[in-house]
Amino acid sequence: MVTAKDYEGQVPTWCPGCGNFSILTTFREAMAELEIEPHQFTMVSGIGQASKFPHYIRCNTFNGLHGRTLPVATGLRLANHEMLVIAVAGDGDCYGEGGNHLAHTMRRNVNVKLFVHDNQIYGLTKGQASPTTGEGTKTKNMPAGVISEQLNPMALAVALDCSFAARGFAGDGEHLKGLIKEAVKHKGFTLVDILQPCVTFNKVNTYEWYSKRVYRLGPEHDPADRSAAFTKALEWGERIPLGVIYRRQRPIYEEQVPVLAKAPLVRLPAKAPDIGPAIREFF
Amino acid sequence: MDYTIRIGGAAGQGIQTIGETLGRVFVRTGYFVFTHQDYESRVRGGHNFYQIRVSTQPVYASRDGIDILVALDSETIPRYEKERTRRAQVVYDSSALKKTYEGPAFIDIPFAKLAKEHGGSPIMANTVATGAVLGMLGMELDALLAIIAETFGKKGEAVVSANRKAAQAGHELAVEQCVTCSFAGEKKDTKASRKKRLLIAGIETIALGAIAGGCRFYAAYPMTPSTGIMNYIASKAEQFGIVVEQAEDEIAAINMALGASFAGVRAMTGTSGGGFALMVEGLSLAGITETPVVIAMGQRPGPATGLPTRTEQGELQFLVSAGHGEFPRIIFAPGTPVQALLQTARAFDLAEKYQIPVFILFDQYLADSQWTYEDFDLSKVKYTDYRLRGEAFSGLAEYQRHAYTANGVTPLGVPGDAKHLVVTDSDEHDEAGHIVEDGETRNRMVEKRLLKKLPRIQKEIAPPLFYGDLHPEVVITCWGSTYGVLREAVDELSATHSAAMLHFSEVFPLPAAEASGYLSVLKKAGQTICIENNATGQFERLLRAETGFVFSGHVRRYDGRPFTVDSLVKELKGKIKRR
Repeated sequence: MVTAKDYEGQVPTWCPGCGNFSILTTFREAMAELEIEPHQFTMVSGIGQASKFPHYIRCNTFNGLHGRTLPVATGLRLANHEMLVIAVAGDGDCYGEGGNHLAHTMRRNVNVKLFVHDNQIYGLTKGQASPTTGEGTKTKNMPAGVISEQLNPMALAVALDCSFAARGFAGDGEHLKGLIKEAVKHKGFTLVDILQPCVTFNKVNTYEWYSKRVYRLGPEHDPADRSAAFTKALEWGERIPLGVIYRRQRPIYEEQVPVLAKAPLVRLPAKAPDIGPAIREFF
Repeated sequence: MDYTIRIGGAAGQGIQTIGETLGRVFVRTGYFVFTHQDYESRVRGGHNFYQIRVSTQPVYASRDGIDILVALDSETIPRYEKERTRRAQVVYDSSALKKTYEGPAFIDIPFAKLAKEHGGSPIMANTVATGAVLGMLGMELDALLAIIAETFGKKGEAVVSANRKAAQAGHELAVEQCVTCSFAGEKKDTKASRKKRLLIAGIETIALGAIAGGCRFYAAYPMTPSTGIMNYIASKAEQFGIVVEQAEDEIAAINMALGASFAGVRAMTGTSGGGFALMVEGLSLAGITETPVVIAMGQRPGPATGLPTRTEQGELQFLVSAGHGEFPRIIFAPGTPVQALLQTARAFDLAEKYQIPVFILFDQYLADSQWTYEDFDLSKVKYTDYRLRGEAFSGLAEYQRHAYTANGVTPLGVPGDAKHLVVTDSDEHDEAGHIVEDGETRNRMVEKRLLKKLPRIQKEIAPPLFYGDLHPEVVITCWGSTYGVLREAVDELSATHSAAMLHFSEVFPLPAAEASGYLSVLKKAGQTICIENNATGQFERLLRAETGFVFSGHVRRYDGRPFTVDSLVKELKGKIKRR
């Protein structure tokens, strides 16, 4: 029997009050409830406050480079598709530096679980605008305010036919836990964008700001309806929906690679093959 | 006998098909063949050529003089006028070139017309041309007819028969018209030497070396001249159990390879200079996480897009210093296809043994050149599985991915095979793989992953190959793909000079100077010349930086073309001081 305690790793270095703490607690509980043991999954992260996450959970960990979380996760899955692979990133990490990889990982539909801790700001580099920072927000290096339009991860996911796209909120742990569990159980690439206040650098999107706006999607929303999902994805501002925005079951990439039909690559014999017959073809 | 055949034409006209077919015919008939290609960065049009050297003796490079010129476009004949030898014959189709050339050197063979008459379609014009070349050489058609059956067998007997008729038509007309060809009358003693040989290009042997080395995962973004590796491995992926993934960019390619390697399989990526520029950050990640990876780096002339389909040895210094931070690496620079095969297989072994990135530094010239071999001695391919798997891993009392060890190498555990967790980080980390900031751990980790490994890695590096006069007055040094051309140049020089060569195929770290003795060879020589396919003498600089040795002269070529035997001999003769 695993308990949430089995996932207690290093002591977090986040600021007191950081939204990451509740995500951490919720994640540990979700994994315990799913009865997944620490060695049974690998967590891949990049660089940023969110990317320190795997160190605070006991698990196999590849904490790589800023923005490069998803290619590493893809390589892991292609080498061992029996391993649960979870990717953790921040909004700058995943939507900025790693934007290209996000688009193509959604296309591939590799069975990777991506959780983006979206605090709408750069924390680790101390308060610059991220792709999800609201227009007009003033930062040290943008004293006149952000000019570029705010990126909408949910709309992007629906547009790219992401197999599973959901939004959670660090301030609603019970609901978030349900989303984490649903994402892990879903077969296909999953994006869970988790709204998370940055108590140090984001003075706009505070706990209070989010709490006033977020609401849980009810049964009236059908995530299988792509048009309805797109409408919900565009809802932002006065009201922000939480829950599974879009879901479409489609074949995962790993199952369509002929070589992987028999066994994961990592289970194939670790020995030199006989290339003699291949060389014969050159005579 | 030593002939050079050049097939010139526009991209898309099939010069490669003619060239490859002729090459195979010659090898099967018992000759030694060397081919190289010169092409523009376009799919249709422009002007390209395919050059074949066919000889009764082993050949390792191209010559300058053309003996048979096959002209498929109007540009070929005027363009290579000066390169034709005195005995040269030009074969062309006046209706296709819309021009007639007079004189005994020109043979007008209506390729398209004969193809239509005998094969039923002008598509077989190239088959007619191939047959014609064999006719000009006074060679029989049997090997070509067999190859036609192999190539077109799948398309049915009718296609095979049509192509055979087309080949015969070209052959007959050439025999008829080429009675005065000097080489047609030359006696070709091939029956005795009809030994089975193979003809293979560098790009194919790198791919075969990867398979032999146990590669299970290859991720790359297409880029000349490395794409052929991906294509070949993909064609054999199911047979050998390899996943080939076309990444969205080179950044993703190297990170995917690292993810796969971390998961427990041997992984590789391949690219050229521009793509490798994008991979550099990932290279550094391999360095700190001690994740094995093999990188095939195919050089072409830069900067930026440069000459995309041509050749240069311009990335040695880039690779030596690529990646932020300090970490160990190995760079192999094969000189021949067989060396490329063995070194690529060995790259997988060393990458995993020391948990480092290992490069195969090649270039367009080596990638596209075909060499003739009796066979490959695969007994030299060694495979050792250095990973902790299954019970060997789960049976351990404890495990830390980056635990300090006497030699700096901590066994790689396969995640999921044991309850032990495998943790690594791009940040400086402790033995368990978690982020640290303290100086003491930093020092110990630098010692572990870099300083302790360096001396052991250097011991793995093979000395340079020495060839030529045992007590040479002049020692010519080269590295990588220039091996073949310099070897032939040294053979030619030896008639008049006391010359020898040193060829470095393992270029970083350099072989230990004292142990391998090359420094004393260089120091004893009256004159030392370094030849390189680049503008600034990158290897010369490396050798000087590592050993202090200064060459007395150099020959450098940086027009995007490979050295050829004749021009290199001429340049070297100009440099060598007469005693």
